[in-house]
Amino acid sequence: MTKTIATTAPTQTKTSSTVLSVLAAGILGLGIITVAGHVQAATLHDAAHDVRHTTGFPCH
Amino acid sequence: MFQKIAVSALIAGFGAGLMAALLQFAFVQPLLLHAELFEIDPHTALDFVTVQRGPFDVTREALNIVFSALIYTGYAFVLLAAMVWAEERGEPISPRAGIVWGAAGFITMHMAPAFGLAPDMPGLNGADVEARQIWWYGTAACTGIALWLIAFGQNWAMWGAAIVLLAAPHLIGAPMPDMLTQVAPPELAASFAARTLGVALAVWVTLGLLLGSVWHSKLAEG
Repeated sequence: MTKTIATTAPTQTKTSSTVLSVLAAGILGLGIITVAGHVQAATLHDAAHDVRHTTGFPCH
Repeated sequence: MFQKIAVSALIAGFGAGLMAALLQFAFVQPLLLHAELFEIDPHTALDFVTVQRGPFDVTREALNIVFSALIYTGYAFVLLAAMVWAEERGEPISPRAGIVWGAAGFITMHMAPAFGLAPDMPGLNGADVEARQIWWYGTAACTGIALWLIAFGQNWAMWGAAIVLLAAPHLIGAPMPDMLTQVAPPELAASFAARTLGVALAVWVTLGLLLGSVWHSKLAEG
């Protein structure tokens, strides 16, 4: 029983660290795409205008 | 782990973004600037060859580089998150696998949304922008999940769900304008849509290749 705990604990720690890292990376990536590609604030829209059209995002 | 993802995504995303900016400058920007002339004056009858590029605007081109790098860095984070998650489940990350991941990213973020909402240049008419954005996000999400199910699903229930997810956004249909009142010539619009998709495919495949190459290199260790 003790042996089982000793072998599974590091794996669980590694997996939960990976899950958190993957989630954080995914959310950060989507955040960047949303701000740079989709937020309609006038200044942001004007600055990103050409790239939004080129990337196929609904621009205006 | 997060640091390794962040460093890899920043390197690959920035590299792919620069490539996107270069391809945009060479192949897309001339059409975009030409289209804007029609946006200003619909009755402008201009020679296609001579007016394609106006005076060089440094600020505008610099912003294009910045936002290309930003957007492809965002894509790099999302794509690498999926690649790392798959690696944990037994699919090793490699440059060759990265190319396939890049193609899947292109289908998810460009091809599937473009199937309903063709990349539109300035001067084209569209439905309410918020409605189109909601459809864009929904389509990208459905397509991404569907491709994951096709690649990693283990039975027909999963593959069937993938087919439903792939088709659903297009059966529902993208928001379209009530009236088609575009002023830009269709020849220009067709070229614009085709070129933006071509550029996106080239850049996405490069992004996947870069991510697959950087991940196991010393660069990723920061």
